[in-house]
Amino acid sequence: MASPTHQTDQRPSPAAGSPLAIELRKINKRFGPVHANKDIDLAVKRGSVHGIVGENGAGKSTLMSILYGFYHADSGEVLVGGQPVTINNSSDALALGIGMVHQHFMLVDNFTVIENVILGAEDSALLDPSIDKARRELQRLADEYGLAVPADAVIEDLSVGQQQRVEILKALYRGADILILDEPTGVLTPAEADHLFKVLETLRDEGKTIILITHKLREIMAITDTVSVMRQGEMVATLETTQTSPEQLAELMVGRRVLLRVEKGPAKPGEVLLEIENLVVADDLGTERVKGVSLSVRAGEILGIAGVAGNGQSELLEAVAGMRAVRSGAIRLNGEDVTAQDEDSAADLRRKGLAHVPEDRLRMGLVTNFYEWENAILGYHGEARYGKGVMLNVDAARAEARRQIEKFDIRPADTDLKTANFSGGNQQKIVLAREMERDPDVLIVGQPTRGVDIGAIEFIHGQIVKMRDAGKAILLVSVELDEIRALSDRIVVLFDGRIVGEADPETADEGELGLLMAGVNQKEAGR
Amino acid sequence: MSARVSLPRWVDIVLLPVLNVTLAFIIGGIVVLVVGENPIEAVRIMLYGAFGYGYGFGFTLYYTTNFIFTGLAVAVAFHAGLFNIGGEGQSYVAGLGALLIAFAVGGLHWALALPLIIIAAGLVGGFWAFIPGWLQARRGSHVVITTIMMNFIATSLMSYLISRILKPANVSSDMSAPIDPVTRLPFLAEWFPLLRNTPANISFFVAIASLFFVYWLIWRTKFGYAIRTMGHNPTAARYAGMSNARLIMLTMAISGALAGMMALNETAGAQGRLMLNYVAGAGFVGIAVAFMGKAHPIGVGLSALLFGVLYQGGQELAFSMPAITREMIVTIQALVILFTGAMSEMLRRPVEIAFLLSRLRSADEGGGR
Repeated sequence: MASPTHQTDQRPSPAAGSPLAIELRKINKRFGPVHANKDIDLAVKRGSVHGIVGENGAGKSTLMSILYGFYHADSGEVLVGGQPVTINNSSDALALGIGMVHQHFMLVDNFTVIENVILGAEDSALLDPSIDKARRELQRLADEYGLAVPADAVIEDLSVGQQQRVEILKALYRGADILILDEPTGVLTPAEADHLFKVLETLRDEGKTIILITHKLREIMAITDTVSVMRQGEMVATLETTQTSPEQLAELMVGRRVLLRVEKGPAKPGEVLLEIENLVVADDLGTERVKGVSLSVRAGEILGIAGVAGNGQSELLEAVAGMRAVRSGAIRLNGEDVTAQDEDSAADLRRKGLAHVPEDRLRMGLVTNFYEWENAILGYHGEARYGKGVMLNVDAARAEARRQIEKFDIRPADTDLKTANFSGGNQQKIVLAREMERDPDVLIVGQPTRGVDIGAIEFIHGQIVKMRDAGKAILLVSVELDEIRALSDRIVVLFDGRIVGEADPETADEGELGLLMAGVNQKEAGR
Repeated sequence: MSARVSLPRWVDIVLLPVLNVTLAFIIGGIVVLVVGENPIEAVRIMLYGAFGYGYGFGFTLYYTTNFIFTGLAVAVAFHAGLFNIGGEGQSYVAGLGALLIAFAVGGLHWALALPLIIIAAGLVGGFWAFIPGWLQARRGSHVVITTIMMNFIATSLMSYLISRILKPANVSSDMSAPIDPVTRLPFLAEWFPLLRNTPANISFFVAIASLFFVYWLIWRTKFGYAIRTMGHNPTAARYAGMSNARLIMLTMAISGALAGMMALNETAGAQGRLMLNYVAGAGFVGIAVAFMGKAHPIGVGLSALLFGVLYQGGQELAFSMPAITREMIVTIQALVILFTGAMSEMLRRPVEIAFLLSRLRSADEGGGR
């Protein structure tokens, strides 16, 4: 393979020909009966930031995978810089100047930045010349685009935002002119996201072309020049960002009018139902992840825990749900001490009135190989109504599943369909229906709308507010700050296993919350 | 990318296994052809040997009984995501339980002794599997490793017990004293004269009952629901408040108890005494039986029968066709295991494509009209 820096001559030069960096004509792609891309046309102008939005399964990822050579289109044309091209794999894409920054980073954790950057693009069997060259090149890129990263730092010591910068540098080092970013802000703090946007603007101003795939309409509005909307495999619109609004984009994505704001009245907090005191919890490796958290949730209120993923949210939720032993501290439910001593207390807590919508429905909340009705009773299968003694009453379970399907509008309405065959939003509804229908006193919810369509988000948020209005105490954990702000009656910010601040969602300033989430300002806010 | 085709359930459960077995027989047939015998005739002799007359059929039932027990043992553990390959050892030590209880109640009518023998063999076999279960649940040692080790321990322990302690002074071969004839499980020949002089005994009906029991356990009890949850997703099981540790230990014990039922067929039935190395590989065949039967009792019953036929018919074949040696029979059995176990997914893709094509064709014809 030719060395990356010498590939410039192999691709259409930016000066020549078309003002379009990428053009797709009548792209079609089928997976069996699923028509993932239907006659897609897309034109991306050189030197612009082009957003692509759409719900899960709208075909965005398929389209980008075709562009990056993971899939081959059934029919249609791909033009790069005005020239028709065939892209069979990612090396072809790279040779054409197309680079991709994946949602989940493709970095070797125990390598340094520079080692990761040259990985797969070494010039010779000896590393030193490559490393020297890469060092000079990284310096240049850092100066040019404001992408400074410590070149000799080991990846696992870097923050997520810095790791993402390494991914971008990798693409640029390989000579990318066109950058595809797939949901780049999912793991970033608001401040890191802002920094990313500045970098993207610089890149655009330097003549690079950027394709941004996201489901966050706010980001589209903030950074893109043009936006394309996909729905059910079709490209339904391409608009100038200045000529549109989030409401219009949401409507185009879903195909009907959507409520972007959560409608809820003021909270009427009652007595404290869930109380957590000085909780310390360790992860599987014995590292403390929750380092002395105290909080209380009252009946009829939603307490939102904001924070960037990986700051102890998972361990906190698992400890409260009785799935993880508590190292020290106390958890009280309805005034009763329910502090989990081992990882097998979940059933006991459910009996005492706690329901748990887990962060990751596929890893924890569902058995995807089960029929829908089997998941509709998961965790409650021990109850007498599902069979006396050792027996499992399948008919009773199916009846309950049918009731939940009807009440939560789960589609398709089939109790005997494998759960894996439901969409993400409907899978989440299966979990919510199961946990909410048990009329718990306390509901703990993690990432209720992760990977869920806009239409379903509206419904799920509505159900959570309904539970609050029915006098339940709700502990909500989400890495989506918008979601926390929209639903919560009170917000606390979790950083590095500690609560570093509390805010009122009505008055809280986004920048201030963002700083708290990033661990800045810890001294003033910590208490 | 490859398109996923959803196949009807009957293809998965019936067609694919049948195709796999057919393929194994075709290749086995080529082997037979190479040594200069007629493969069609060989199949005929095999089937006749297994089903054609009472004596052969009795042996087929007798082998099938063993394989049902050891196959179910593997199947139950498999539903919990556990790979119990210690059926060999669990069956072996269970023989001790069956023998000792039969000695203890010597003279008791077999119908009254049967439940006691079931309990004793189940307890000992279950205990032998519980140890690896405990080690995995509490100490994190993988059952695949520990069950194999327990097989070796079982072999050594039983050899010692049989040849040094249980063997009567006046007997030269390594076996225990016989069980009281009244207590010993009766041969089926008592009711079905057709089966005379065969080892098929009343344990066959216990095996059939076990198939129903396992179906009920896995799909109709809360315990079965729990082990299936853990088998598919241990984290979801913990989320649902099930104790993985408890489930692992219980499931292994039940699995071992099922393997232990083989002692009914052999120790308390066919031989009427404890023999050295009486399990003779049936515990390992159980693994193939369970996999070929997709861990479902109906599948396990059918594949146990297939292996019963292979064992009995194979011996008949080796006897009738001198060119076909005992080793070649083992080769054909191995081919069946290879095609139905290790390579069972090999034909899935062609079958999927065939289905896709036929579907497209019928769609075309529908559109043309």
